[in-house]
Amino acid sequence: MRVPLSWLAEYVELVPGTTPEEVHAALVKVGLEEEDVHTFDLQGPIVVGEVLEFVEEPQTNGKTIRWCQVRVAPDDETAADGGPAVHGIVCGARNFFVGDKVVVTLPGSVLPGPFPIAARTTYGHVSDGMIASARELGLGEEHDGILRLSTLGLDAPVGSDAIALLGLDDAAIEINVTPDRGYAFSIRGVAREYAHATGARFRDPVEQAAPAEVADDAFSVVIDDAAPIRGKVGSSVFATRIVRGVDPSHPTPAWMIARLKLAGIRSISVLVDITNYVMLELGQPIHGYDLDQLRGGIVVRRAAEGEKFTTLDGKERTLHVEDLVVTDDRGPIGLGGVMGGAETEMGDETRNVLVEAANWDPVSIARTARRHKLPSEAAKRYERGVDPEIAAAAVSRVAQLMVDLAGGTVDEGGSLIQTTPARQAIVLPHGFVSTIIGVEYTDDEVHDALAEIGGAITPVDGGFSVVPPAWRPDLTGREELAEEVARLIGYDRIPSVLPVAPPGRGLTRSQRLRRRTADTLAAAGATEVLSFPFVAADDNAVFGSADGSPVASVRIANALDQTAPFLRRSLMSGLIGAARRNLSRGLTDLALFEIGTVFLPEPGRSYGSPSLPVGDEKPSDEVLAALDAGIPPQPRHLGALIVGDAVSKQPGQAAVPAGIADALDVVRQVELATGARIDVVHGSHRALHPGRTAELRVAGTAVGFAGELLPSLAADADLPRVVALVELDLDAVIALTEPIVEAGTIGTLPAATQDLSLIVPVEVAAAEVADAVREGAGALLEQITIVDDYRGQGVPSGAKSLTFALRFRAADRTLTASEASEAKLAGAALAHERFGASVRE
Amino acid sequence: MSEPREITENAVQTAVDAALAAIASAGDSAALKQVRTEHTGEKSALALLNAELRNVPNDQKAALGKLVGGARGRVNQAFAAREAEIVQAEAAAQLEAEAVDVTALASRYRAGARHPLTLLQDRVCDVFTGMGWEVAEGPEVESEWFNFDALNFDADHPARAMQDTFFVDPPEAHLVLRTHTSPVQIRSMLERELPLYVLAPGRVYRTDEFDATHLPVFMQFEGVAVDKGLTMAHLKGTLDHFVKSIFGDEAKIRLRPSYFPFTEPSAELDFWHPTFKDGPRWIEWGGCGMMHPNVLKAAGIDPEIYTGFAFGMGIERGLMLRNDVQDMREMVEGDIRFSQQFGMVV
Repeated sequence: MRVPLSWLAEYVELVPGTTPEEVHAALVKVGLEEEDVHTFDLQGPIVVGEVLEFVEEPQTNGKTIRWCQVRVAPDDETAADGGPAVHGIVCGARNFFVGDKVVVTLPGSVLPGPFPIAARTTYGHVSDGMIASARELGLGEEHDGILRLSTLGLDAPVGSDAIALLGLDDAAIEINVTPDRGYAFSIRGVAREYAHATGARFRDPVEQAAPAEVADDAFSVVIDDAAPIRGKVGSSVFATRIVRGVDPSHPTPAWMIARLKLAGIRSISVLVDITNYVMLELGQPIHGYDLDQLRGGIVVRRAAEGEKFTTLDGKERTLHVEDLVVTDDRGPIGLGGVMGGAETEMGDETRNVLVEAANWDPVSIARTARRHKLPSEAAKRYERGVDPEIAAAAVSRVAQLMVDLAGGTVDEGGSLIQTTPARQAIVLPHGFVSTIIGVEYTDDEVHDALAEIGGAITPVDGGFSVVPPAWRPDLTGREELAEEVARLIGYDRIPSVLPVAPPGRGLTRSQRLRRRTADTLAAAGATEVLSFPFVAADDNAVFGSADGSPVASVRIANALDQTAPFLRRSLMSGLIGAARRNLSRGLTDLALFEIGTVFLPEPGRSYGSPSLPVGDEKPSDEVLAALDAGIPPQPRHLGALIVGDAVSKQPGQAAVPAGIADALDVVRQVELATGARIDVVHGSHRALHPGRTAELRVAGTAVGFAGELLPSLAADADLPRVVALVELDLDAVIALTEPIVEAGTIGTLPAATQDLSLIVPVEVAAAEVADAVREGAGALLEQITIVDDYRGQGVPSGAKSLTFALRFRAADRTLTASEASEAKLAGAALAHERFGASVRE
Repeated sequence: MSEPREITENAVQTAVDAALAAIASAGDSAALKQVRTEHTGEKSALALLNAELRNVPNDQKAALGKLVGGARGRVNQAFAAREAEIVQAEAAAQLEAEAVDVTALASRYRAGARHPLTLLQDRVCDVFTGMGWEVAEGPEVESEWFNFDALNFDADHPARAMQDTFFVDPPEAHLVLRTHTSPVQIRSMLERELPLYVLAPGRVYRTDEFDATHLPVFMQFEGVAVDKGLTMAHLKGTLDHFVKSIFGDEAKIRLRPSYFPFTEPSAELDFWHPTFKDGPRWIEWGGCGMMHPNVLKAAGIDPEIYTGFAFGMGIERGLMLRNDVQDMREMVEGDIRFSQQFGMVV
């Protein structure tokens, strides 16, 4: 909401010279947040001038200019710029006459832009200033010619200040209005709040506009709501007034144009400007009909299914049965509370006006505005609640302004329907405000604060009974009243008291292990990134499904980026995107990781709930369970990507290119950080190299993959051929791992170490051979490590020689070499049984 | 020198002189080893003289024995001294030979880094767990009931439309990307015993365009406390303590009246710090207030017995204010240079 200060000062005492910043500072204390300051952004000398004479001079470019002599100061006086009383000015416009009073921007002045004005040579003359148009002054869009003061009904002495004359010296503050405070969308509401903040005296504009004594049934209005929403009749107040004999060609006064402009509303015509002006002043949306276009009386009803109506923005709209329409004998003439119709709007030919001010059900208006995407100024106010008691005053105020400014007469009154139910009183027990706010307010303080905001207060047993003011529909309970008291007395009165929480248990195991995993990976050289989870369908098809079977994805109904409307099933595409960005910025060696949510709906299942329980009571356990069951699984995954060199080339050190081994190192770091034992077996994933993919398992359950990206996908992403990737379900890794480490005894007796080389077919996995050796060798084998994988001379083709270093130890004796050999051979025997392994001597 | 000889002072002295000269001229441990063999070994002059002691008359044994023993002692002493010198010199030479340019050594270590947003989130969690609070989490794709209805957002209230919500397709299923971490308030109250003091950090979503000061995906943390007798003073005390913990003792907070459907009274949290880039000033950082009785009721808590407070702040904004990050886009682009400025410390 933008509030011109001159307008604010009409209804609340504003010390002359108060700056916009000071007004902001006062309002922020009562909860109206500062947004901006608006001014006309111009600088004098800008004065009233009189055109004494001009000569038309056709130019070679086809234009005709006027070389004018303009009086800008009374005879024999110096002009405001220090120059002569008559200035020679070149003017391109031709809409004026000798004797016209105009606005002259003298050298030294600055117009919005900023455009500094100086004497300059043009078309063979020294033009000593400029004759301004309304648009150049920031007053409007009119640029067909210069501004003639007579068209605004203005006259002023030559040389007088045109800035003040046109109201261009005003400034507006802009405040952010929270959705509970509809009344602050008015000068009236903001003036009242300024009074609350500063103690300055407030004058209610509604009282000044008190309705005249008129017949209330001179125009037929019927409210016929057959289908109230939530039991509330669509319109509870409907006031009309008839104004006859208006002249729509009357100029809107400059002060009104200036105020509307500062408030963000363009001047259209005097009749429309008046309705907008009163809406801004009182917060009561107004509609004016061309009375002669109306056919019969008005009926307010819900629209019929499929009914058509053209709003005054020229769009034909198909109405919904919940929409409220204002109709006459022909059908809809207005979408109630949202926008009027094109057929009956006020225009150049309008002579008689029906002024309407109504009150509409906020819920109904909110739905209609949303349904037709019409967030109009009227709808914005009705959705938030308009004071139901000011409609009659508002139509009177509009009618009076039409009389004053457009030459009309209020001849026969109009109509008034006023059926708003009385407000319920709220009982506020003594001491309640203090128990919420933590400040010991006296009963007098509570009483005075609530009286100041306009509440009607009656003492009752043990407290106050408070009827909130009509303009505050948001005050519905004692907590809201508590806020009013705290706000008016000041939040700075609230002390700072640190509450003592009961003893907590620290982070959960999952939280601790996730944090430790991130720390471990970072310490091991990977950099954490956070990607957006929005992906394209292809990303989920390629990365979100290991075997290529069709997957389901969560789709956003209103995605910002139409090319990525899905939520990720995998972290891989985000990591690839981040890698690509880094490489494009000249980095070459990367290790990235991300811990984040993925979204894994099951194919063929529908999620969500067709209806929701009400908000202010606890749903049954069954209903809560159903809500939870309707939410798709969204586990936290860990992903990592390594590309380029794992160890870069340096003095005395050759480069070590990254590959699947680096992906598996990440797996080992996760094991370290979580205490998990993650088994690595050969696997396959449609996005990964078929010969370089490992499936990761914890306690037999698959938890993820490690490997190298398919080279074709790497090429698609402009990445080098080898890109190591790992992704695992971190939640599952943690859940499948025993939370407590069981310690064994550490043997202190001497160890026996032996090597074992086994020849096996190349396709046999080394880890499985090692498992067989471990199992066959039994408890004496303390550790087995693969130290070589040899193929070539001495080994049959199609086979490989795996060499393991074995360390044996017994808990109770020093092992002999023959005991160790016996165990080793037992291991080799089991490897032979499983894989046909033979011992290579 | 293999033949037996007579033990004379002269012979002993000659042998000693020869040994000492050889020891002094030995330049390294190999030469010294050779000297040792020649002058103290079994075939050396002194050894032979010593062996000759067997043959001398008894009355001369003591004197000659002393003569030979003293000579051997002198030689051994000289040998030990020289050996120590050589070992020391050789060790020093080896150290010198092993010198490297410490500024140009190969590193097998690759620098990694945490993301400053998650680091700051961890830090925030630590402040609250230090006060006895617990950390709770909830789903990012959330039921509208938890995101709105239970939080006193009426379906037709403008506050709901102003949340810039991402809806999951189809919208009739009433699933949204949570617009705030506040649904975790409801989940915590439903799942936990009272009193409860819970912090809920996490990702949230709004349909904001992606620019220097807006992200459609960002991180919040939500605090919620429900207990008997909690007031706005407790809210203020908690926020005061928190801000000082993160920004230092000079930081101050201010509450400003505001509106949120799920709190009443509501406030905006401003905080002040002397080291802000554009000078000390108040900067808005989040919303807070006393829990609305309807919110307590949605979780089955009797507002006549319990009161609660809640607050929510954005981690991104915290990082911008605290660490002077100028452009929010840097936080989500994944450029490693951004995170690596922080390493493991925010």
